[in-house]
Amino acid sequence: MITVENLTKRYGGFTAVDDISFDVRPGSVVGFLGPNGAGKSTAMRMMTGLTPATSGRSSVLGKPYRDLHNPGRQVGVMLDASAQHPGRTGREVLRLAAIQIGVTKSRVDEALALVGLTDEEAGRRVRNYSLGMRQRLGLASALLGQPEVLILDEPANGLDPQGIHWMRGLLRGFADGGGTVLLSSHLLHEVQVIADDLVMIGRGRIVAQGTKDELLSRGGTTVRSTDDRALYAALERAEVPVTRVASGLVVDAEPGIVGQMALDERIVLLELRSGGSEGLEEMFLSLTAATSREGTAA
Amino acid sequence: MTTTDTRAPEVDPSLVQPTATPDTGGRPGVPMPRLVHVELRKMVDTRAGRWMLVTMSTISVVVLAVFLIWGPADEATYGTLLGLTSFPLVVLLPILGIMAATAEWSQRTGLVTFTLEPRRGRVVLAKVVAALLLGLVVTATAFAAAAVANVLGASVGDANGAWDVTWQVTLGVILGFAIFVLQGLAFGFVFLNTPFAIVASLLLPTIWSIAVSLVSSLSGPSKWLDLNQVTEPLFSGSMTGENWGQLTTSFGVWVLLPLLVGAWRVLHREVK
Repeated sequence: MITVENLTKRYGGFTAVDDISFDVRPGSVVGFLGPNGAGKSTAMRMMTGLTPATSGRSSVLGKPYRDLHNPGRQVGVMLDASAQHPGRTGREVLRLAAIQIGVTKSRVDEALALVGLTDEEAGRRVRNYSLGMRQRLGLASALLGQPEVLILDEPANGLDPQGIHWMRGLLRGFADGGGTVLLSSHLLHEVQVIADDLVMIGRGRIVAQGTKDELLSRGGTTVRSTDDRALYAALERAEVPVTRVASGLVVDAEPGIVGQMALDERIVLLELRSGGSEGLEEMFLSLTAATSREGTAA
Repeated sequence: MTTTDTRAPEVDPSLVQPTATPDTGGRPGVPMPRLVHVELRKMVDTRAGRWMLVTMSTISVVVLAVFLIWGPADEATYGTLLGLTSFPLVVLLPILGIMAATAEWSQRTGLVTFTLEPRRGRVVLAKVVAALLLGLVVTATAFAAAAVANVLGASVGDANGAWDVTWQVTLGVILGFAIFVLQGLAFGFVFLNTPFAIVASLLLPTIWSIAVSLVSSLSGPSKWLDLNQVTEPLFSGSMTGENWGQLTTSFGVWVLLPLLVGAWRVLHREVK
């Protein structure tokens, strides 16, 4: 369980995180989405007590993070896989964490096996790790204490599609077992498959949040026909909200209703689909385009 | 190593199941012995840390050997040899402390350390204890090395070989080394940056000494505020009441004050 209430962080005149609130329930995965520099990492550092909040609160398992007795056993955190001493071996990094949180040596081996780092790789210095291997080490470190909650910043970075698929399965299984997962990403499709809820953030503010299904259906129905003008008029008469877009019409109604209307009006349909993932992608791009650093190029 | 990672290991679901670990019993926080254990290990598990210790012992051994071979034989007593090994350690022990204090920030490992123990004051305390323990080990090694050299010098060569170290000197050397380790830690916590802290801990006392020699009116306060000067009687076992007062004021200015400022910085700084 993670609760975030009106969390705000200001650096001088710059507001990095602006009054964000959301919950992550046990048994669910929440995708924290936003372009680079939107404030995701700052928000996650505030949730884990690394960055003091300017105002607002957050709690994990019902307590402020700093009040948890032994956070390593309750919350698995990976904020930056690159933040490791390059001179230590992967196994040594986990050994240190294991001593600190009080788990056995054998759990280190379990965690290494869990993320697919071999004995030989675990004995290599982190300096010689690829980004993907560092991510796996970071994930092993987060899972080491068998926590109830996972807070992961861009865990899919550096993993290829198979690696991402593997990680999704791992996190899904964790959530299905009653765990709480918050993971951030700047790529929608990366979290779309696994997340139950989405929180989209741009320039420090939440621009959209809700269950994935809710946000998906918000995309409406896209329709293209041989006579869009007649269809538009018919929908207007029926008082169904409709807007003209470059590729046809976007209707705020079920595809079935739109199809029935086209049949009644004897208009030939060329395309009829619910907003679906593309709709969410478009929404993500449009919501973040205005706030992203790359502007419309994103 | 820039290839993307393609492995997808078989996951045994039981190993990634969430496990409730309720906050029951005991005081909050990672127990101190575990924190000290981790901090001690962190000081010696990297090449930088290990080389630091190797350098310290090598310099001490070389200094001892040079003195035994070419130095005046009748002066080669346990006390002289101990003093010789101490000289490089006084310079290097603060660096040991500095590295213990700054690594979390220069290598960004603080991101993990402070999420595993968000009560940062406990981590600071653990670092102080761990650095003192390691300093104690180094001190014991210096005593042992000087003793071995003393025996060797007297049996193989024609060295004096007298065992002229009083308990005052023994305690003085241990206390002196502890002060220099703490000074390093304190400077490390203040700057949270290894090169800055090392340069500052080496330069500031020197600048102070130069300032004293240039401005005659400073020579009075200098007796109370020059850590190198006030620890001299400590190492020679000739502390007087006034010496203790001078040691205490210097300790306050060069160790305690930066330690407090540094601890405050660690507690309040954003970990990125």
